[in-house]
Amino acid sequence: MSILALLLSALSQGMIYAPMAMGVFIAFQVLNTPDLTIDGSFVAGMCACAVVTIAGHPGLALLCSLLVGAAAGWITGMLQTKVGINPILSGILTMTGLYTVNFVLLGGQSNLYLQRMELNSVGAQTQVASDTVYKSFRTLMIGLSGNRRFDSNLSALILTALIVAAAAAILAMFFFTRTGMAIRATGDNEQMVRSSSINADRSRILGIMISNALVAFSGALLCEQQRYADLNFGSGMLVVGLASVIIGQVFFGRRSVTLGIVSAVAGSLVYRIILQVAYKVEMPSYAVKLLSAVIVVIALSIPRVKRLIAERRAEREEDAA
Amino acid sequence: MSSLSLVGLQKTFEPGTPNAKVALDRVSLEIADGDFITLLGSNGAGKSTLFNAILGKFRLDRGKIILDGEDITRLKDYRRAYHIGCLYQNPLLGTAPNMTIEENLALAYTRKASRSFFAVNRRDTAYFRDLLRELHLGLEDRMKTRMGLLSGGQRQAASLLMATIAEPKLLLLDEHTAALDPATAEQVMALTRRIVAERHLTCMMITHNMQAALEVGTRTLVMDSGRVVLDVAGEERAALSVPQLLEMFQQKTQRSLDNDRMLLG
Ligand SMILES: Nc1ncnc2c1ncn2[C@@H]1O[C@H](COP(=O)(O)OP(=O)(O)OP(=O)(O)O)[C@@H](O)[C@H]1O
Ligand SMILES: [Mg+2]
Repeated sequence: MSILALLLSALSQGMIYAPMAMGVFIAFQVLNTPDLTIDGSFVAGMCACAVVTIAGHPGLALLCSLLVGAAAGWITGMLQTKVGINPILSGILTMTGLYTVNFVLLGGQSNLYLQRMELNSVGAQTQVASDTVYKSFRTLMIGLSGNRRFDSNLSALILTALIVAAAAAILAMFFFTRTGMAIRATGDNEQMVRSSSINADRSRILGIMISNALVAFSGALLCEQQRYADLNFGSGMLVVGLASVIIGQVFFGRRSVTLGIVSAVAGSLVYRIILQVAYKVEMPSYAVKLLSAVIVVIALSIPRVKRLIAERRAEREEDAA
Repeated sequence: MSSLSLVGLQKTFEPGTPNAKVALDRVSLEIADGDFITLLGSNGAGKSTLFNAILGKFRLDRGKIILDGEDITRLKDYRRAYHIGCLYQNPLLGTAPNMTIEENLALAYTRKASRSFFAVNRRDTAYFRDLLRELHLGLEDRMKTRMGLLSGGQRQAASLLMATIAEPKLLLLDEHTAALDPATAEQVMALTRRIVAERHLTCMMITHNMQAALEVGTRTLVMDSGRVVLDVAGEERAALSVPQLLEMFQQKTQRSLDNDRMLLG
């Protein structure tokens, strides 16, 4: 593959995972609460999308994934606020339960391809690939450009980028409405939100719902792009999301929610470029998760390392004086 | 008509254990509209617990709380906050550090603000700027500054503004100047008196400064072991000195009033 093709593929993947990174940003940094539902809601989005796409509604499938993700988030939110279960355990419980839901959605198998059986003209059963939003959009691009060999990666990237840009803009705006601001404040100082006569539980639940809806949406985009859903695709997704968010913040910081959202998208793109480079130097694909974990560990240890270095320097200066 | 009635408030923490602690023991009080009450008491007397009961932070074992004719005993804490403003000793509790001054005020104002798509809007911001200007801390020019960058005193002043911005029926102040340096504490206290007077707020203030307790406000209560043991107002209070108050407490409880943060003057 040429460098350009590699870059295209990396950007295309990065865009698909960008909503997930935004979801992780909302959970971990806006709400300031770890949420392990994410691994499960990613797959739930995939599975719901696969079922509805095969039924012939690829656009509706994306909307369904949002609802499924929001429902998963609602359960985790209720467990955290109304039942009072610790956030990490709440997420694990929902994620574990979701495994069964996802299994049932896939019709009792561990993966599902976006195709269905049809009778062809001579009356034999054949597999027909389901329509996806990516397929329709490529047809549209071919029509617009008149180029019958319009790059499918490029058309996928354009479509996903448009969707992600719209989602990011809506999200950024939402965080400046009263409801959105209450969610931010709940992550910052929940006590103060209650003192302002705002139902902090409701804000928290809504925040978790939005976060998981975005994560499930990523799963759905991936499902339509790769044309299959896989029950085990979600494991470690949370760490991938965190790595993206943290990488993005190296470039854009997190001084405001808007910058945080931009960082999440940018981080997702950069993360996929890093992976492409790693594959290029023959890193085996199973090493991806270790790489993600190492990136997160390094990023999270930077503040402490910086402080240690500063302390050492101060000590040395004291000794010298 | 009284503004706040507390009827036989009773609360035991960890009942049925060796740690059982009667924190409120049949507290009954009538607080009139416009009263400014100062509340004194030893460590662990139950002052903060009384506030938390009014704020709905826990369920009472027994008793009733009636605010302006409405029984709020069973109301959730955030619903009561619609009518009750509160301020704690720790300036960090009242504000969201990663949001701007403007956003903090807008959030507190949500209770009474008219509908708008964005929480921060020109009309409200103009109002907030006027309010901030009255603090004389120069905050009106720093409305886009993150709250976390302000000093403790500035944050407490902003919190006071937030607690009163929605015209509460009751304002509760729990040693809200105790964590500030003396000069700043003085400033915040002066501000408190001004805001309470200007807006005719009904207010209860816990303090450990006995002199201030007798000077500020209209009525002074002293708590001990979960009960209100002294209640002075009017001429009796005006004529009372700190040593006389200590003496009264001694006679009533056979103990001396004693608090690790207590200031006599
Ligand atoms: N949530 C709780 N669980 C158990 N015991 C509590 C709880 N809250 C308060 N108490 C106990 O109730 C008693 C009254 O505490 P409270 O905080 O009301 O005292 P205070 O008068 O405000 O004292 P201080 O002047 O030190 O602030 C104390 O013995 C305290 O240990
Ligand atoms: Mg107290």
